[in-house]
Amino acid sequence: MDLLNALVALSNFVLIPAIAYGSQLALGALGVTLIYGILRFSNFAHGDTMAFGAMIAVLVTWWMQSVGIGLGPLPTALLALPFAILGCMAFLLLTDRMVYRFYREQKAKPVILVIVSMGVMFITNGLVRFIIGPGDQRFSDGERFIISARDFKAMTGLKEGLAIKTTQGITVVVAVICVALLFWFLNRTRTGKSMRAYSDNEDLALLSGINPERVVMYTWLIVAALATTAGVLYGLDKSYRPFVYFQLLLPIFASAIVGGLGSPLGAIAGGFLIAFSEVLITYAWKKVLVYALPEGIEPTGLAQLLSTDYKFAVSFVILLIVLLFRPTGLFKGQTI
Amino acid sequence: MSESVRNTALFAVVAGLILLTGFMQSWNSALFILNMGLISAIMALGVNLQWGFAGLFNVGVMGFVALGGLAAVLVSMQPVPEAWEQGGTGVIIGLLLGAATVFAAVMVMSRMPKGRARSVAVIAILVIGFIIYRRVFDPSVLAVESVNPAAEGYLGGLGLPVLVAWPVGGLLAAGAAWLIGKTALGLRSDYLAIATLGIAEIIIAVIKNEDWLARGVKNVIGIPRPMAYEIDLQNTPSFVETANNIGLDPVIASTLYVKLVYSALFLVVLLLLLWMAQKALHSPWGRMMRAIRDNEVAAEAMGKDVTRRHLQIFVLGSAICGIAGAMITTLDGQLTPGTYQPLRFTFLIWVMVIVGGSGNNFGAVLGAFLIWFLWVQVEPIGLWMMQMITSGLPEGSGLKAHLIESAAHMRLLTMGIVLLLVLRFSPRGLIPER
Repeated sequence: MDLLNALVALSNFVLIPAIAYGSQLALGALGVTLIYGILRFSNFAHGDTMAFGAMIAVLVTWWMQSVGIGLGPLPTALLALPFAILGCMAFLLLTDRMVYRFYREQKAKPVILVIVSMGVMFITNGLVRFIIGPGDQRFSDGERFIISARDFKAMTGLKEGLAIKTTQGITVVVAVICVALLFWFLNRTRTGKSMRAYSDNEDLALLSGINPERVVMYTWLIVAALATTAGVLYGLDKSYRPFVYFQLLLPIFASAIVGGLGSPLGAIAGGFLIAFSEVLITYAWKKVLVYALPEGIEPTGLAQLLSTDYKFAVSFVILLIVLLFRPTGLFKGQTI
Repeated sequence: MSESVRNTALFAVVAGLILLTGFMQSWNSALFILNMGLISAIMALGVNLQWGFAGLFNVGVMGFVALGGLAAVLVSMQPVPEAWEQGGTGVIIGLLLGAATVFAAVMVMSRMPKGRARSVAVIAILVIGFIIYRRVFDPSVLAVESVNPAAEGYLGGLGLPVLVAWPVGGLLAAGAAWLIGKTALGLRSDYLAIATLGIAEIIIAVIKNEDWLARGVKNVIGIPRPMAYEIDLQNTPSFVETANNIGLDPVIASTLYVKLVYSALFLVVLLLLLWMAQKALHSPWGRMMRAIRDNEVAAEAMGKDVTRRHLQIFVLGSAICGIAGAMITTLDGQLTPGTYQPLRFTFLIWVMVIVGGSGNNFGAVLGAFLIWFLWVQVEPIGLWMMQMITSGLPEGSGLKAHLIESAAHMRLLTMGIVLLLVLRFSPRGLIPER
């Protein structure tokens, strides 16, 4: 019984949050990795792209709430998501047309593109703050829990409760759908295949008649969809604050690099690896250990390896270890 | 127009802008812009050393600046004897044990033959070392932090003059840069960028959370000054007399005097560093650096140790940022970790270097003054513009209130646009590299 309680506590405080967070990171890292694979630079504006997409979703959600459109138990933001994706696509295509394309034609060095993306980051960040302000915005509605801790306790009679938030469930479901669609697109459609070919070997792809501008356009469209979805899911699960998305940049990059830059599978694996390490290392294990260990040797302190304020340090250390011992990442990078 | 005339004219324009601030707004704000401009110029010199000379992409400037700020506290604050009694030795021993653990792991890693035995040994050393470290470290930290937590709760500093902190800040930043450079240099350039982004966040997290070190988010205030305080000046008869003779109110005169002394100090440091950077640029070493930047493969074929040179210049540039960080904290008189924002302390410096002209020291300095001026003045200008635009809207309309409120966020937008425009139309900056 105690072991069961330990297991429930572990799922409640570690596994479920980590799975949800990991899905959000994976979606973010997929965007970074796609841009790296096709456009060949690390996009520093990605966090703010997520914030921009999520901002449109917040605004549309507010409008829908005000006219009474809703999804019942599900958050209205899911209805707003397609509009947000469209808005974000328009925004990214516009930045590509006005900013990035020039440097692509010049065949500028990747590091120049990184600096350019820094400028785009400034502008996006400024726009988001300009439109919605720097504050905390709430836009989730609908049912809060799929199972609340109290119901779970009543159902099973265990001492520990297991709560699954609606947003966590939605995050995982939506992420799975997104990833499935992405892989279907990359592996089965003509455009997807041309994208992979372009990422593998640019010259060979050009020779075989692939239109690079088309590939780049599709990449931005997919990245917009992924970034907006990730941003909205993160905002629903936690709360929407523009600067938080900037801070997500580090774990997202860490996920993409740990998995191998340019490898979509790697980005997903990296996202979960980073999320689980962050949660496992910053979780106070006392509760689980008290249940799991025999009496007498349970810990006296919190049994927390690092305080939660250092969660960035966790992703960073994992990043460093991977860079030192396997610079191409867990999955060989550089291919889509 | 010859080059030197043009450059002098550009500097004159910036000087004119600052003077204009003095006449239009107040001399206090003009001197504020000047002082922070001088410090920004030093940071820009550091970034220019890394980017302009060597092509290294460092987006962790904030971290090195914060380390400099930490140095100001550690060097100049008075030690807290009670805290040292309660847990000072424990903290130091704990830190030494932690360092010894890492050192032992690295030694085992490099000495033992590759294989499962080595992995097990390294993991065992790290786990056991971590447990011992926490056992020693945690109680001492608690003891230190419980000493008079409202005002102290930390170990304090060495009680030395604050000017000593400037070079020490440079040393601290250099140490951190060495560690990060050792791991991330020699890999692809993007990796250095992400590694430095990470180290900066971690340095800030450490300063925010390790209360025993510098009180964390509770801030350290009252860092000693290298010169007299305003209130003492106002009570000095000779100073009041001089002020009256010039025709200034003694209160205003004292604030101006303090700011001017800071300006002089900062100017000395800036000129010294600028002179050194110029000497370096035109030495064989500087030419070698630029050769490496322009073609690493060719430079390596000529027998240059690219990774070592990169490490060298990365450490030097970061040290300069550390010095500037210590100077900022000295100017503010307090260490407030919450104010370290990457947009302000990392990316803004990059805008300065790129707008001024990467690879040219004078360009970096000019860019620093110009961009800092814009950064300060864009907000009032934006507010004024918003009021102009919205003047047609009815009083009390939501849109008008929102637009005027949003003027505060004009800064980021403007900086981004300036950066993109310069990169696109004048990628070599205002004063290009020769």
